[in-house]
Amino acid sequence: MLFFPRWKVGLIIATFALGMLIALPNVIGRATLEGLPSWLPARQVLLGLDLQGGSHLLLEVEVEAVIAERLDAMVDEIRLAMRKADIGYVGLGVRGDAVTFTLREPAHAEQTKEELAALDADCDVVVGEDGVASITLNEAAVTARRHAAVEQSIEIVRRRIDETGTREPTIQRQGESRILIQLPGVDDPERIKGLLGKTAKLTFRLLDPTVTPGQAAAGQLPVGSELLPSDDDLDAEGNPQMLVVRKRAMVGGDSLVDAQPTFQQGQPVVSFQFDSAGARRFGDATTKNTGQRMAIVLDGRVISAPVIREPITGGRGIISGSFTVQSATDLALLLRAGALPAPLTIVEERSVGPGLGADSIRAGITASIIAVILVVVFMLVFYGFFGVIANIALLVNGILLLAAMTLLQATLTLPGIAGIALTLGMAVDANVLIYERIREEIALGRTPISAIEAGYSRAMATIIDSNLTTLIAGLLMFGLGSGAVKGFGVTLSIGLATSMFTAVTFSRLIVATWLRRARPKSLPI
Amino acid sequence: MYKPIRLIPQRPSIRFIAKRWLFFGLSVAATLVCIGSLFVLGLNFGIDFRGGILVEVRAPGPADLGAIRSSVGNLGLGEVALQGFGDERDVLVRVQRQKGGEEAQQQAVARIKEALTADLGAGVEFRRVEVVGPQVSGELIQGGIIAVVVAIGAMMIYIWLRFEFQFGIGAVLALVHDVFLTVGLFSILQLDFNLTVVAALLTVLGFSMNDTVVIFDRIRENLRKYKQMPLPDLIDLSVNETLSRTIMTSGTTLLAMLALYLFGGAVIQGFAIAMMWGVLVGTYSSVYIAAPVLLYTGLRRGGTGPTEGAVAPPAPAG
Repeated sequence: MLFFPRWKVGLIIATFALGMLIALPNVIGRATLEGLPSWLPARQVLLGLDLQGGSHLLLEVEVEAVIAERLDAMVDEIRLAMRKADIGYVGLGVRGDAVTFTLREPAHAEQTKEELAALDADCDVVVGEDGVASITLNEAAVTARRHAAVEQSIEIVRRRIDETGTREPTIQRQGESRILIQLPGVDDPERIKGLLGKTAKLTFRLLDPTVTPGQAAAGQLPVGSELLPSDDDLDAEGNPQMLVVRKRAMVGGDSLVDAQPTFQQGQPVVSFQFDSAGARRFGDATTKNTGQRMAIVLDGRVISAPVIREPITGGRGIISGSFTVQSATDLALLLRAGALPAPLTIVEERSVGPGLGADSIRAGITASIIAVILVVVFMLVFYGFFGVIANIALLVNGILLLAAMTLLQATLTLPGIAGIALTLGMAVDANVLIYERIREEIALGRTPISAIEAGYSRAMATIIDSNLTTLIAGLLMFGLGSGAVKGFGVTLSIGLATSMFTAVTFSRLIVATWLRRARPKSLPI
Repeated sequence: MYKPIRLIPQRPSIRFIAKRWLFFGLSVAATLVCIGSLFVLGLNFGIDFRGGILVEVRAPGPADLGAIRSSVGNLGLGEVALQGFGDERDVLVRVQRQKGGEEAQQQAVARIKEALTADLGAGVEFRRVEVVGPQVSGELIQGGIIAVVVAIGAMMIYIWLRFEFQFGIGAVLALVHDVFLTVGLFSILQLDFNLTVVAALLTVLGFSMNDTVVIFDRIRENLRKYKQMPLPDLIDLSVNETLSRTIMTSGTTLLAMLALYLFGGAVIQGFAIAMMWGVLVGTYSSVYIAAPVLLYTGLRRGGTGPTEGAVAPPAPAG
C-alpha cells in the first residue's frame, strides 16, 4: 500500500499538473486568456443560464395540428375524387382521427376503396358493409409526420432566432415533441417569444364575391370558402370586419425568396419577392382576376385585402396593412425564416437577469470558500498533521473537480455550486475513514508503518462501498433529473469521483513519502 | 508535534442496542407525525411542482409590499403570494397557475410585469421570471418521485449485492425513515418544496446510505472476527468503533452546508436546510435504525471469509 513505483508517482503528479493546467483558465480573465499562446487550454467552465443570466424556453410543438391539417386536406381530396368517380355519399367530415362518410349505395364500396386507395399511400381505407367509410392515416405516416414537423420546427426556430442576432443560442430537441431553447444574455425574451408564437403561414388568396360576409355568417357559406377576420378593415367599434375568403391559395409563403421591411408613402410596409415558380403562378392568377379583391392571409387573419389593379408578373410586391415599424420588421423576418409546420406553445420559461446571475455566482463562491475554510480548520483541529495532508488532498480535489467540469464542458448551475460545497464537505470522508482506521490500528499496538499500511488497505473497501452509494444517487440525478436536479447531480458525481481519486492516490503518496523521509517512531494522530 | 484533539475518546462504549426500543418508538412517532402533517398541512409546493408564475423583482428603493400586493392582486389572477427575498429591495411575487392552458400563463406574466413597472417605476429590475405550465409541472412531480424510488431501489440492490439481503432491509428502513422525516420537516414548517429540495433529498439518501454502509462494513468484519460474540454486543461494538468517523464526516458536511445556508444566497437556502436536517436524520437513522434492525432480519453468522485470529472481544464497559 505504501510503495509507489516511479511510473505511478509520475502518473499521479502528471494528473495533478494537467488538472491544474486545465482548471487555470477559470481564474484568469477573458482578456488575458486571449493573449496566451493557442496551445494552452483556454476553455472555462460552462456557466448555466441561472449564473450568467439568460432565458430558458421549453416549447411544445403542437404536432396534432399537423395531423389535423392533413385530415382536413384529405376531406377536400376525397370530395374531388368522389365527384370524379361519380359516387354519391353523405356526411363527409373529420371525426376524431379519421375522415368518415357514408355511401348512398353500399354497393359502391369496392369502387370507393379503389378510388381512395390511389389517393394517398399513407392512408388506410376501410369501407364497411353498411357503406360507412373511414379513412385514417396509418401509424407509420403519423409518426413520420410528427417527426418531420418537430425537425422542421427546430430549423425554423433556429432561423428566426438567428435573424434576431441573439448570440450563441442553443436550440435542441427534447423528448418527443419539445424544443429546448437556451438564450444566454437574454433576460427579457418577450420579442423572441412573440416571434415564436406565430406560425407565420402566409397565403395569397381571392375574396369570394358571391356572398356578403353577413350572408356567410348566416349559414350560406359556399363550399371552399371561409370567413376570416380582417385586421385592416375595422368597424366603428374597432373590431375586425369579417371577410369571405376562398380556401384555395393562389400562392403560399413557401414560394417567397425574400421579404424586407420598407416604406410606402411614409407607411411601414413589407416588400416581398417570389421564386420563379411562385412568380409565374402569381402572375397567372392576377392576370385572370384583375379587378377582383385578393386577401393576404397570415395565420388565419387577413392582413390586407387590396384590389388587383393590374397583373403582377414580376414576382415582386408589397404587403401594406396596419403595420408599425416593429411589426413590419417582424413580419418580414418571419416570412424570410419560413412558416412553422405547427403552432408552438411555451410550456416552461425561466429567465434570469444578469444581476441575479452575478449575485448567485458571488454568493456561491463565497459560500464554497467559507465551507472549505471551516472544513480545513475542523480537520486541522481533529487530525493535526494528518489533517494537513487531508487538506492538501481537499485542495487538489477542488482543482481536479474544476478541471473535470472544464474538460467535460459540463454546465455549472447554482445547484451545481451547492453540489461542489457539499462534495467539499464530504470529500474528507475517505481520509477520515483512513485516519480513524489508523488510530484503531495504533490502539491495537501496531507500529506506525504497519498501522498506516493496515489503515489504508482496510479502509479501502469501505471507502469504495460508501462512496458508491452516494455516486449512485448522483448519477441518477444526472440521468433522470432535469434542471436543478441535473445540474446538482453533475458536480456531485464528478466531485465524488475526484475525491476518491485524491484520497487513494494523492494523500497516500504524501503519507508514504513522509513515512520514508521522517521514519517516525510514533504517529501524530 | 501538535497532538490533535480527539472528538470522541478512544473507543466509546455506548449501549445503543439496549435503548433500541426507546429510539424505535421515537422514530415511529416522528414518522407518524410527519405523515400526519403531510395529510393535514400538505407540502408547500414551489412553482416547479405546482406550476404557475414566479417573478423576482428588485425595486429602485425599499419595496412597498402593500402597494405591490394591491396592484398585482387587482389583476384578477387569483392567489398572489409576496415574500421579501434577500434584501429589502427584493420581492418574490408568486401567482398561482392560470386557468386556460399554456397561453394564459404567458399573458398573465406580461400583465404582472406591466403592473410592477407601473408600481415601482422605470428603475425596476426583473431579476428572475419563471413560468411553469401545467404539463411540465406534472412531469416534474413524476420525475421527482421516480428518481427517489429508483434511488432507493438501486441502493437496495447495491447493498444486496455487496452484503446480504438481511442488511438491505435495515438500510431501506433507514432510508424510508429519512425520506419521511425530511419531507415532513418541509411540511411542518411549510418551507418551499421545489426541485432543489428533491436534489437534496436524493443526496440525503446517498449520505445516509454512506453512513449505514460504513457501519455495516464494520459489522460484517466483526462477524468474521468475533464468531462467538452475541449479536447485540457485536452491533454495539461496530457502531462504537465507527462512531468517531460517523460524527467527523457528518460534522464536516454540516459545516459545509451551514456555510451554504448563511452565504449561498436565498435561492439555495431551501436546499441547505434540507441537507442539514437530512444529514442529522441520516446519521441518526444509520446508528439507531439500520444497525439495530439487523437483530430482527435473521442475519446468518459465520460462514464466509477467513477468521482473523482469535482476538478477544473487548468487554463492553458501562
